[in-house]
Amino acid sequence: MKKNLLTAIWMTLVTTLLLGIVYPLVVTGIAQILFPRQANGDLIHNNGKIVGSELLGQPFSSSGYFVSRPSAAGPAGYDPLQSGGSNYAATNKALIDRVSADVAKLRAENPSAPIPIDLVTASASGLDPDISPASAAFQVPRVARERGLSEVAIRALVKKHTQGRELGFLGEPRVNVLELNLDLDAHYPMH
Amino acid sequence: MTANGWFQITLFLLIILAITKPFGVYMARVFTGEKTFLDPVARPIERLIYHLTGVDETHEMHWTEYTIAMLLFSVVSMILLYLILRTQQWLPLNPQKFGALPPDLAFNTAASFTTNTNWQAYSGETTMSYFSQMAGLAYHNFVSAATGIAIAIAFVRGIARREKETIGNFWVDFTRSCLWVLLPVCLVVALFFVSQGTIQNFKPYVTSHLVDPQTINVTGADGKTASQLISTQVIPGGPVASQEAIKMYGTNGGGFFNANSAHPFENPTPLTDFVQIILIFAIASGLTYTLGRMTGSQRHGWAVWGAMAFLFVVCVFFAYRAEARGNPLLHGVSQTASASQSGGNMEGKEVRYGIADSALFATVTTDASCGAINAQHDSFTPLGGLIPLVNMMFGEVVFGGVGAGLYGMLVFVVLAVFIAGLMVGRTPEYLGKKIEAYDVKMAMLSVLIFSFLTLIFTAISVITTFGKAAITNPGPHGLSQILYAYVSTAANNGSAFSGGNWNSLWYNISTGFNTLLGRFLPVIPILALAGNLARKKIVPESAGTFPVTTPLFASLLVGVVVIVSALTFFPALSLGPILEHLLMNAGKVF
Repeated sequence: MKKNLLTAIWMTLVTTLLLGIVYPLVVTGIAQILFPRQANGDLIHNNGKIVGSELLGQPFSSSGYFVSRPSAAGPAGYDPLQSGGSNYAATNKALIDRVSADVAKLRAENPSAPIPIDLVTASASGLDPDISPASAAFQVPRVARERGLSEVAIRALVKKHTQGRELGFLGEPRVNVLELNLDLDAHYPMH
Repeated sequence: MTANGWFQITLFLLIILAITKPFGVYMARVFTGEKTFLDPVARPIERLIYHLTGVDETHEMHWTEYTIAMLLFSVVSMILLYLILRTQQWLPLNPQKFGALPPDLAFNTAASFTTNTNWQAYSGETTMSYFSQMAGLAYHNFVSAATGIAIAIAFVRGIARREKETIGNFWVDFTRSCLWVLLPVCLVVALFFVSQGTIQNFKPYVTSHLVDPQTINVTGADGKTASQLISTQVIPGGPVASQEAIKMYGTNGGGFFNANSAHPFENPTPLTDFVQIILIFAIASGLTYTLGRMTGSQRHGWAVWGAMAFLFVVCVFFAYRAEARGNPLLHGVSQTASASQSGGNMEGKEVRYGIADSALFATVTTDASCGAINAQHDSFTPLGGLIPLVNMMFGEVVFGGVGAGLYGMLVFVVLAVFIAGLMVGRTPEYLGKKIEAYDVKMAMLSVLIFSFLTLIFTAISVITTFGKAAITNPGPHGLSQILYAYVSTAANNGSAFSGGNWNSLWYNISTGFNTLLGRFLPVIPILALAGNLARKKIVPESAGTFPVTTPLFASLLVGVVVIVSALTFFPALSLGPILEHLLMNAGKVF
């Protein structure tokens, strides 16, 4: 008993040093040399400022931008310090009301196309950087109208930012909203 | 459901099938002291560890000593974690200057990580210093997994040995799990994750400038509404990839961030997602082969694997179907899958994973005792959320947690053999060992402890104000939230219907104790059973022996697993998810 207790104490200390300190330091060292961009969060720089990360979504509400999905992360959404979903149950009235309100808004903006489900539902992380290609296509008429451009030009830009399934079969096709909007500003600045 | 979705699920199962033998053979070699290709690197480190900690690697332990060593290590390492969490403000690597955790939250977290549960009543990004994450939490991801593997190996030795008083040496099994099984894979996988976008740094959080600053209305404490401009986004950092690797591979599931594997910094792409779920099953699946190899009955190992694979396929089918059908209460939106959207119930799911990968992940993470999530289970449809619950109620024996899945399933194997014996009318035998009253008592005890803990804590919580305070979804789903919390903590899963207000004194204390009792109470009868089996003589096979290598046996095993949990939990399920499903279809909202 006493011998095993001493071993337990020493084992805790020795393995904490190896697995809890040496291992993450080694991984960090190698990662910072081999993949510095990814290891530091794929940050996007624009005019000398950091304007976000390729991996994290941002809230958009100006009508000249493609909007992201609803987000439960903080009052404005997309706050990485409050990551998480709405956690509404499928039968929660708050969910049904939120979706109905969003549906009414979107219906007014584009009466002709069906409203894709991902555009009115909050993601699991609250930081989802993507929308489905259907949700991007749904917003093309509005963005074109607001920026005084042809839908064809906007559609081409959406296509450029549409990623297919990884390796052809993993996950789902998607459009990174932040990258699309940055490209939109670069090509067709708002007046 | 789409063809592509089923292709991913099928491919996943085929990969698990393909890696079972290599992993199983490798682990059998590691734990029987045969040569492996890692010996030149790992052996010197192993010797150094034994030298520093005073371990005699030739010493064999009786089951009681094995249990005591395991418990002592768990207690000591849990105390260290508690102290780290209580003093992190004075420790290094805390660029965000996070303060100490309050005592109840620190206890809950320490218990939860020591028991391989990783129930999280805190938000990592605003609570934990980098040091607490790596030296406290990720460290326990390694050692709780190694402890689970050690117990499983000891159990297998108990079956394999004849007329022996001992079942191995805990310190040796533990150390070899860490050095040969866990660490090498984590080193490689962590770097792969970084290459895909999982972060790995020690930098302070970065402030970025929003492209489209937002004006929001905030209601202050005085009830007045004021508008507020939000023009920045704080981007967190941390040694995430190194923790992510062992979080999945050790079936721990404790996210670096609150959003867990749904967070793009933990799980950036569909490829990392796919690798994560393979990691969850890798060791557990391999251990079935180790079982076959160490007991000299490879076909028995595959029979156990077959029973697990069958339960997995059935569960993933129902989870996928329920989520792909979407939410009938939402009108005016398109929930139909097409080439340009995944459709289905997308509340609480990420676009990059869609429905198939989310349903697959939810099934795998609760089949095993992982508990990582890439979608919010709370927002699943009632039947979609029923599957994770049922998986945990099986006792997480569908591949299951590392080690815990195998020894949990072997308890059901003993029960299945016993029931088969009753049906044939002969003394049941398991791989040449007579299964007697003591063995069946120990097996039943470990099963009953789990049900007892789950149901008693749930019952207390649904009739008390402090218990009901956690509910955030009214109606039958509120019961599901509480039930899920206690099933998850007793089964050491750690996932949650995470909308609930779990960071309260009652839940921190009760779920904390639930993880400890759910882990260590059943393990004692299990090791006692192992010790008792090791002592027995081998009886020669006869015409009356029920073979444990056939599809018939695998079916019986599935039957026992399903019936035991159904008898225990069906009443609770019918008042929670099943009732909610019926009411949802009738158009009722809460």
